[in-house]
Amino acid sequence: MMRHLISAADLTRDDAVQILDTAEEMARVADRPIKKLPTLRGRTICNLFFEDSTRTRISFEAAEKRLSADVINFAAKGSSVSKGESLKDTAQTLEAMGVDAVVIRHGASGAPYRLATSGWIDAPVINAGDGTHQHPTQALLDAFTMRRRLVGRDAGLGQDLAGKRITLVGDVLHSRVARSNVDLLHTLGAEVTLVAPPTLVPVGVETWPCDVSYDLDSVLPKSDAVMMLRVQRERMNAAFFPTEREYSRRYGLDGERMAKMPEHAIVMHPGPMVRGMEITAEVADSDRCTVVEQVANGVSVRMAVLYLLLGGNESAVSHTRTEESK
Amino acid sequence: MDTQQQYGDEARPVLEAPDIARVLTRIAHEIVERAKGADDVVLLGIPTRGVFLARRLAEKLESITGTKVPVGSLDITMYRDDLRMKPARAIGRTEIPGDGIDGRLVVLVDDVLFSGRTIRAALDALGDIGRPRAVQLAVLVDRGHRELPIRADYVGKNLPTSLRETVKVQLAEEDGRDTVLLGSKPAS
Amino acid sequence: MSKILIRGAKVLGGEAQDVLIDGETIAEVGTGLSAEGATVIEADGQILLPGLVDLHTHLREPGREDSETVLTGTRAAASGGYTAVFAMANTHPVADTAGVVEQVWRLGKESGYCDVQPIGAVTVGLEGKKLAELGAMHDSAAGVTVFSDDGKCVDDAVIMRRALEYVKAFGGVVAQHAQEPRLTEGAQMNEGIVSAELGLGGWPAVAEESIIARDVLLAEHVGSRVHICHLSTAGSVEIVRWAKSRGIDVTAEVTPHHLLLTDELVRSYNPVYKVNPPLRTEKDVLALREALADGTIDIVATDHAPHPHEDKDCEWAAAAMGMVGLETALSVVQQTMVETGLLDWAGVAERMSFAPARIGAADGHGRPVSAGEPANLTLVDPAYRGVVDPADFASRSRNTPYEGRELPGRVTHTFLRGRATVVDGKLA
Repeated sequence: MMRHLISAADLTRDDAVQILDTAEEMARVADRPIKKLPTLRGRTICNLFFEDSTRTRISFEAAEKRLSADVINFAAKGSSVSKGESLKDTAQTLEAMGVDAVVIRHGASGAPYRLATSGWIDAPVINAGDGTHQHPTQALLDAFTMRRRLVGRDAGLGQDLAGKRITLVGDVLHSRVARSNVDLLHTLGAEVTLVAPPTLVPVGVETWPCDVSYDLDSVLPKSDAVMMLRVQRERMNAAFFPTEREYSRRYGLDGERMAKMPEHAIVMHPGPMVRGMEITAEVADSDRCTVVEQVANGVSVRMAVLYLLLGGNESAVSHTRTEESK
Repeated sequence: MDTQQQYGDEARPVLEAPDIARVLTRIAHEIVERAKGADDVVLLGIPTRGVFLARRLAEKLESITGTKVPVGSLDITMYRDDLRMKPARAIGRTEIPGDGIDGRLVVLVDDVLFSGRTIRAALDALGDIGRPRAVQLAVLVDRGHRELPIRADYVGKNLPTSLRETVKVQLAEEDGRDTVLLGSKPAS
Repeated sequence: MSKILIRGAKVLGGEAQDVLIDGETIAEVGTGLSAEGATVIEADGQILLPGLVDLHTHLREPGREDSETVLTGTRAAASGGYTAVFAMANTHPVADTAGVVEQVWRLGKESGYCDVQPIGAVTVGLEGKKLAELGAMHDSAAGVTVFSDDGKCVDDAVIMRRALEYVKAFGGVVAQHAQEPRLTEGAQMNEGIVSAELGLGGWPAVAEESIIARDVLLAEHVGSRVHICHLSTAGSVEIVRWAKSRGIDVTAEVTPHHLLLTDELVRSYNPVYKVNPPLRTEKDVLALREALADGTIDIVATDHAPHPHEDKDCEWAAAAMGMVGLETALSVVQQTMVETGLLDWAGVAERMSFAPARIGAADGHGRPVSAGEPANLTLVDPAYRGVVDPADFASRSRNTPYEGRELPGRVTHTFLRGRATVVDGKLA
């Protein structure tokens, strides 16, 4: 296990499976009268959010609190950051306060990587989404959801997603969720297909470990899971597609399209959904849609990541164990 | 590390398969006697080997009393007090029987009782899961050297040891055979 | 002024010869020259070049003296073997009037380390809307001949056409920063495989190539000449090659960093690699080297762009674009062009001194190393190997992409009109 979690691409298959297995155990805590573990007692974790994201922040906060960590929430808005303080100064301030780990959300791609590698701070860094780069815990919770639904809760333990056909639909160009998922799903043995209008597929995608299609209808019957990515309305103004209606017609998921998917196939969405744009209410509210599950799973997966990154001592990377004191 | 080489070549068995079967039968009888039946008993094994011992005890209890005894597992990794002294480790399964533990007599089952810290962690974990009527402890081997005020209610074998010695329990379900080995630590 | 005898240097990499400097000029070039009354510099194994000329330097003064001044910038230039630099116009205020260009020119005179030839802005405030007083800047004491909005592209085709036409009256040249602005909105790095992975806004090659294609056609149409700044893509090379074959009067420059570095380095998210135009791919680097070797690209220009530490010690998107380059340019060219066999030292002299002086009409620079010529000279030890330590820089800024990298060669002496500005690798 590494010290930081910056990119889903940094995870090996075994790392990822271990996180998913640990998350299964963490999920059980949610069923108990006292939904809390003492594991990170006395550790302080800062949620450093330079970008508004109530969902992700709350999910991390719930995970941290269930592990008994002390939580500091730092939102850039209304703080010294909005007065021009740099990432470096903010991070160093937090470190001086004795923060043991930093969960960072930042609008600039690479900001978490910079924070982890620049020598500004020593604490482990967990990427909670950076620009259009990565959102590794989102990919992990998506994989967790897929494994549960497509392999099984108990049957899935120790397993990856080998042979599962996963389709990601929408604004791949601007999506950190897409990048993280392509990396992780490939690592877990899944076959990934991206579906988007050509304007929303990045130049350079040809080296990604996935297929690209412009035709949703032809891909749906061959999908075990279809993940709809959020499409921001403002993309329309930048001429990525002509109108909202045309986008929905070609790349939106409605009941008729969903019927083309195999019986067992699920519909996923990282949220927040733009109903009527990329997904209709009929689909969003159907049994096949895992959006609410994804939210619950997000807490379990983040607990697992926090435990595996922070649960042990500093030397978690170099395994120099002396003796087991039973 | 639970590896063979750590126990050296001179590790010698102190309990063999028939001994283990015998002491488990005795413990089962003791439980029935002290619990006045096994009606409200729940057995919770501490992973890994405690779980197998708990299952074997449950079978024996059932054959004695004729009633099925709920058995589960209680992983205590997240409650350990030495987490930060070692790399993060994989956590085991916690499986609480369907009816829960509230108002029941919980018998914790582990293979070796040593410092008592594992049991301390188990008591903490239990507190987060429910409120048993009482908690008792059954162990296959008590090797002494307690660091906390904890004792076992049911002991398969008291095995006075030195701190330079190691005690290793092997069970068929995990290790392919039943035995308890006493060895010495390799010179460090 | 006393006499200096440079003994045994390979002039332009050729035969070992002695060069005697008397006052401001080269008195004699030959073998076995008398050392009588002269300070002798033993230059065995070293290369003697005409003083280097940089057609593309940002000296930052006036306005951003925290990153560089004319004095610190010219000291950096001398350290790198330069005797003349052309100072870009994107200062604060912008060098778009006779007053500002004369100020920069005067500061250069006072520095004494290197001649400073100001470049005038093409448009008022670099805004691309209205032509600056190009004639007034040319007629000023600074005698501006090169005009550029560098940092910004003259993207309006009509303004570009007018500028190309207008400067014909006094033999000026427009140096274009080729960057189609709409195609590069939000651009952070070269658009390609790496940008797709890193999620950084892509800067497509076509944004540069389309402007170059347009401008060479405009230059042809109006019968003017055009200079292309910091060409960075294989496609740009092809367009310039085509234009030259067609007889269009175009010249082009490449920076040292585009000859060596690729966008793979951006994977570190270290903003020291953030530059405009962005680092491109290996294929582009090889095409640029080849084009510099065959003359499609005329010159190496540094695009020396100093920035204070805090503008680079931050996340990528927030960082300033640019790299310092004056003090490492020759070493990078030695590594990428000389040691690869693409260029000999005479070729280096052509591309780093003769040609840039010709394009910018820098009087007294880029002259042959022969008797009677001004003694603007650079002595290089090509056998030297050293690791780049920004702490050694004379520049006020440290934003080099080469920190910790071993580069060959070292400027041991620089002479500006007979006066040593660098002696034994140290500023005099």
